[in-house]
Amino acid sequence: MSEPVSALNGAKAQGFAQVAEQGLKGMIAIRCDLESKSLAKVVKGMGLSVPAQRRIVTAEGRALAWMSPDELLLLCDYADASGVTAQLAEALAKEHALVTDVSDARALFRVSGEKADQVLMKLCPVDFETLPEGEMRRTRAAQVAAAIWRSGSEELSIICFRSVAGYMMGLLEVSARQGGEIA
Amino acid sequence: MSTRLPKGGRLIDRSKSLSFTFSGQPLRGFAGDTLASALLGAGQTMVGRSFKYHRPRGIVASGAEEPNALVGLGRNARFEPDQRTTTTELFEGAETTSQNHWPSLKFDVGAINDKLYRLFPAGFYYKTFMFPRFAWKHVFEPIVRQSAGLGAVPKERDPDRYEQAYAYCDVLVAGGGVAGLAAALKAGRAGKRVIVLEQTPHWGGRAVVDGGQIDGLDAEAWVKDALQKLESMENVTLRNRTMAAGLHDHGYVIGYQSVGDTTPGDGRPRHRLWRIRAGLTITATGAIERPLSFAGNDIPGVMLASAVRDYLVNWAVSCGDRTVVVTNNDDAYRTALALLDAGLAVPAIIDARDMPAGPLVDEARRRGIKVMEGHGITRVLGKTNVTGVEICRQAGEGSVVKQIDCDCVAMSGGWSPVVHLWSHCGGKLTWDEAHAMFRPDTTRPPTGADGGPIAQPVGAANGHLRLSEIMDEAGIGAASDEEGPMAPVWLMPAGAPDALRFKAFLDYQNDVKVSDVQLAAREGYESVEHTKRYTTLGMATDQGKLSNINGLAILSDALGRPIPATGTTTFRPPYTPISFGAVTGEARGEIFQPLRRTPMHEWHEARGAHWEPVGLWRRPYCYPRSGESHRDAVNREITNTRTNVGLLDASTLGKIVVKGPDAGKFLDMLYTNMMSNLAVGKCRYGLMCNENGFLMDDGVVVRLSEDSWLCHTTSGGADRIHAWMEDWLQCEWWDWKVYTANLTEQYAQVAVVGPKARDLLEKLGGMDVSKEALPFMQYVEGTLAGIPARIFRISFSGELSYEIAVPASYGLALWEALNSEGAAFGAMPYGTEALHVMRAEKGFIMIGDETDGTVIPQDLNLNWAISKKKEDFLGKRAMERSHMTDPERWKLVGLETVDGSVLPDGVYAVAEGHNANGQRNVQGRVTSTYYSPTLKRGIAMGLVKHGPERTGEVIDFPGDNGAVHQARIVDPCFYDKDGEKQNV
Repeated sequence: MSEPVSALNGAKAQGFAQVAEQGLKGMIAIRCDLESKSLAKVVKGMGLSVPAQRRIVTAEGRALAWMSPDELLLLCDYADASGVTAQLAEALAKEHALVTDVSDARALFRVSGEKADQVLMKLCPVDFETLPEGEMRRTRAAQVAAAIWRSGSEELSIICFRSVAGYMMGLLEVSARQGGEIA
Repeated sequence: MSTRLPKGGRLIDRSKSLSFTFSGQPLRGFAGDTLASALLGAGQTMVGRSFKYHRPRGIVASGAEEPNALVGLGRNARFEPDQRTTTTELFEGAETTSQNHWPSLKFDVGAINDKLYRLFPAGFYYKTFMFPRFAWKHVFEPIVRQSAGLGAVPKERDPDRYEQAYAYCDVLVAGGGVAGLAAALKAGRAGKRVIVLEQTPHWGGRAVVDGGQIDGLDAEAWVKDALQKLESMENVTLRNRTMAAGLHDHGYVIGYQSVGDTTPGDGRPRHRLWRIRAGLTITATGAIERPLSFAGNDIPGVMLASAVRDYLVNWAVSCGDRTVVVTNNDDAYRTALALLDAGLAVPAIIDARDMPAGPLVDEARRRGIKVMEGHGITRVLGKTNVTGVEICRQAGEGSVVKQIDCDCVAMSGGWSPVVHLWSHCGGKLTWDEAHAMFRPDTTRPPTGADGGPIAQPVGAANGHLRLSEIMDEAGIGAASDEEGPMAPVWLMPAGAPDALRFKAFLDYQNDVKVSDVQLAAREGYESVEHTKRYTTLGMATDQGKLSNINGLAILSDALGRPIPATGTTTFRPPYTPISFGAVTGEARGEIFQPLRRTPMHEWHEARGAHWEPVGLWRRPYCYPRSGESHRDAVNREITNTRTNVGLLDASTLGKIVVKGPDAGKFLDMLYTNMMSNLAVGKCRYGLMCNENGFLMDDGVVVRLSEDSWLCHTTSGGADRIHAWMEDWLQCEWWDWKVYTANLTEQYAQVAVVGPKARDLLEKLGGMDVSKEALPFMQYVEGTLAGIPARIFRISFSGELSYEIAVPASYGLALWEALNSEGAAFGAMPYGTEALHVMRAEKGFIMIGDETDGTVIPQDLNLNWAISKKKEDFLGKRAMERSHMTDPERWKLVGLETVDGSVLPDGVYAVAEGHNANGQRNVQGRVTSTYYSPTLKRGIAMGLVKHGPERTGEVIDFPGDNGAVHQARIVDPCFYDKDGEKQNV
C-alpha cells in the first residue's frame, strides 16, 4: 500500500519566525443550510458546534470553520477524513447538502513565533492587530487565495490550494527572512 | 565655495566620519549627513549639468523638492540613476557619479547647447516632429535619444529585495513636523489608532531649524517631548524614513519606507511599500519655498534661502563665505541672521518690496546688514559658481545700479503649501492673495464612501506659514517673530528684457525658462496642462515642485488673467519617485507569479520535461531524451502510445462536482446537450456555450449518483467554469437547489492510453477493467494497486484509454507504479503536444485552437451535441440569430497538403478578388496543424467557407516569402474513422 504524501512533505523554513508545512490534514467541505438540525446534531456528536459567521470552533483535535453563508470546513486527522465525510454525508442524506473530502486539494502551513503576524501582514490585506482568536479569515496571500486563523499563541495557520503550496512556501520564507522584521 | 564649519550641526555626528566618492574623487562626510550636505561640506558646489543646455548646476534645495542634484548611486548591479542627494542619507563607501555630461563634469561638450539656446525653444520636440517631415526620424530622433535622459540605466539584475506590508489606522498623519506631531498627539489622546509617517530620518520639520517657542518650550525641546509622549502611546505608530507617496480612493495611502538604503547587502529589504487603509489622512506635509526668476538663477551657489539655513543649522555647512539674500518676504531674513550667527558675511539683503518692515527686518538692520529695498537682481555673475550679483531696481528693466561680490545667493520667492496628498484624490485648492499661494479649500475636501472628508490639512500644508498660526490651529500656544506681508514677484526685475528672460529659469531640471512659457502663450497655449506638456515645465523627476507656481504665474501674466483662472496642473502620486522594486514587492524570481504544480511535477522536472504553460500550470510538452529534439520526442511518444501504452499526467483537468435536486436541470441549462438523462455510472461528452452561443468549454460529464454529477473541464477552464456555475446559481437561479464543489486539485489524474493499457492496469491489480466490466464511456470505483481510485473509460486519442483519478496525495505513487509496472509493456510518459497531435489525428476539437470566442458548435459540425429536445440552454437563443444560422459561416474541415508538408499555423485560404481595402479576399483559415507520425504527413484542421460541401477541392494558403501552400479539403478524422481501436 502506497503512503499518501502532502504537497511539500513537511518543508520548513526558519527566519525571524518559523514557517512549516504541516503535512497531511483531513479537510471536509460541507455545503448545506447552516441552520439545519441534522448538521447541528452531527457536529455536536463530535464535540463541535456550528460556528457563527467568520468563526472557527475547535474541540478534540478537530475544528469547524465558517467559510460562507452555506459552507463550513471541518478539519480532522487525515486518516479520519474519508470516514468523517461518509458520516456527515449520511447525517445530511435527507437534506440538500454536499459533503466533499478536500483533504488532498489543500495545503496547511503554520507560521509561529513572537513576530508571526509580521510575516502575514506583508502578504495579506488583513488587520492582524484586530484579528481575534477564533476567527477564520478568508483572504489572499499575495496572488493566491488563503484562509487564516490564530491556531495557538503566537501561531497562525494558513490553508491554500495544494497546487500553489510551493508558491506559498516561497512567499512565507521570503517574508519571514531575517532582517525583514518590522520595527 | 561651500565648506564645513568647525562647530555646530544638529544632525551630524562628528565622531563618525564616513568616506564616499563623487565621480571617483574620494570625499568625507559625517554620520547624519545627506549626500547633499556631505558634498557641500566637501566643497563640491557644482554637482551636475542640466538636461537640455548642459548648464552647470548645483544644489538648490535641502529636501524632496531638489531639481538639480541627482546622482548615480552605487555600481554595477546596485547602480541606480537619478538619486536625489538632498534626501539620500550618506553611508560609508557610497559611490556617487554626476550625470548628464560628456566627457566630464568640468568640461562638457554638450554645453554648446547653452550657446544655441535659440535653437531649442519651447515645444522643441513637437516642432521637430512636424517639420521637415523627414527630419524627426533621420536627424532629430537619433540626436535627442543620444543626449536625452539624466542617468544611465543599470544593466544588471537588482540584487536587493523589496517588500510590501499592509496597515490599518483611524488617523494617518503624513508629516512629522510640529503640525503633524500636534495632530498625532491629539488623535492619540482621543484613543484613535494613529500612524505617523515622516519622509526624512528626523522629526520636527522646519520649526527645529527656524526656532520659536511652543507651549513654553524651545521648538526642539517641544518636539522631543512630543515624540516621547507619542512613543509611550500603544495606539500610535511612528515611522520615519517613510514618505506618504499617495492618497487614493477610500483612504488608501501608499507609504514608501527606506529600510536598507544605507546598508546595501546586509540582507534587509531595501524598501518597503506600505499599503495603508486610513480612516482620515491628516496632511501635515509642510510648505516648499519658491525660487525667484532672475537671470542666472541656476548658477551653482544660487540656492533657496531656507536651504542655506538648513545646511548651516542641521549640518554645519556654509554654502558660501559671502551670501547675498534676495527676497520678497521676511522669512529669508532668518537666513541672513543665521549666517551672521555663524560668523559668515551677508553683504546685502536685496528686498523686492518697497517698504519691508517687521522685527526680522529690524534685527537685520540693527546687526548692520545693508537692506536694499525695492531692488532686485539683474543677473548672477559666474559660470560654474557664483562670483557676484548685479543689482537693479525691481520695478525697472534691469539697469545695473550696483555690483556685489559674493559666492552664494540665498533666494526666497515666498512659500507654497505642499498640497499634493490633499489633491491626489480630489481635494480642491483656493488662491490665497496675501501669501500668493494655493492652499487647500477645506470646504471641498477629497471625500470617501460616506461623502465625508478623507483628508484634513494642518500646519503649513494648510497655508499657515507662521509657527504661532500653526500651533494655534492645534490649540497649542506658540510664539515666533512677527512677519510683515510678502509681495508677489514672478519676474526679477519686473521689466526684464529678452536677454534676461532667456536665462531666468523656472524648471531647472528640464531647462524651462520664463521666455519659453511666454513663447508658449504667444503661440496660443492657454491651458496650463497643455503649456506644461509643450514646454515640459514640471515634467521632470521633481514634477515641478519648485517651478509649478512660478510657471503658471508667468503664464497667467502672459495671458493677462489672474492666477486662479489659470489653475494648477494635476497633482499625481507618487509625491517623489518610488522604486520599481517596492512596487514589485516580493513578486520576483520564483514567486513572480504562482506556479501551479501537479503532484507529479517534480517527477516530470527530474526527467527533463520540456514545459508548456497552461494557465498557471506548467505541463510537460514532451519528455526529450538525450540528444533528441522536441519534435523527435513528440513523434516517439505518439508512436509508442499508439503501439504500446502512453501515460499522461492529466491532473490539471478541471473536476467540478454538481449535486442537488435541481442539478440535472442546472446542467441541462449549462451544456448544449442533455445531461439529466445520463445513466448513473456513465460518461458523456458535453459542450458549454456562453449566452451569445459561442463555444467556451468542453469535457466529459460523469453521473456519480442519482443527484450528483462530475463535470470535467479544460485545464485552463476549471476556475472560470466553476465561477460561471456559481454566478448563475447565486445571481440568476438562486432558488435552485444545487451545490457545486471544485475538486480539481483533490484528484491526481492519469490517462493510460494505448493497446496495452488494459494489460498494464490488470498488472497493477485490484479492479476489473475488462471490456465487459468497464465498457467505453463508463466508470468504476475501487482500489487500484492499493490506492483508492475511480477509473473512467474515456478516450481523447482514439486508443483504448482509461483515465484514473486518485487522491492527489497518492498521485505520485500511482504515477510511479504505472511507470515501473508499465516498463514491461513499453510504457512511456507523453506530453501535451502528443496529446494534441493524437486528438487532431482523430479530428477532435480543442478549445482555444478550433475555438477563439467567435466559433459556435455548429461551425465545428457538433450539431449532434446540441439538444433539440431541450426548451432552453445557455446560448440557445443566440444560436438562432441570423448570423449564427448563416450558411456562409466557415465550417470545420480536415486539410491535407498536396505535397504532404505541414501547413503553417494560422494561415488563411485566399479566395478570388480583393476587398474594399485592397486585400485579398479570404475563405478560410487553419486552426490546428501538425506533423502526424502515425500518417507520416502533415495534417491540419481549419474553418472553410462551405467547407464540408467542398471535400476534395484544393485551396491555396499563401505563406511567408511568396510561398503558396496547397491543401485538399478532407474529412477531419484522419485515423481509425470507425473507432475500432478504442472499442476493444
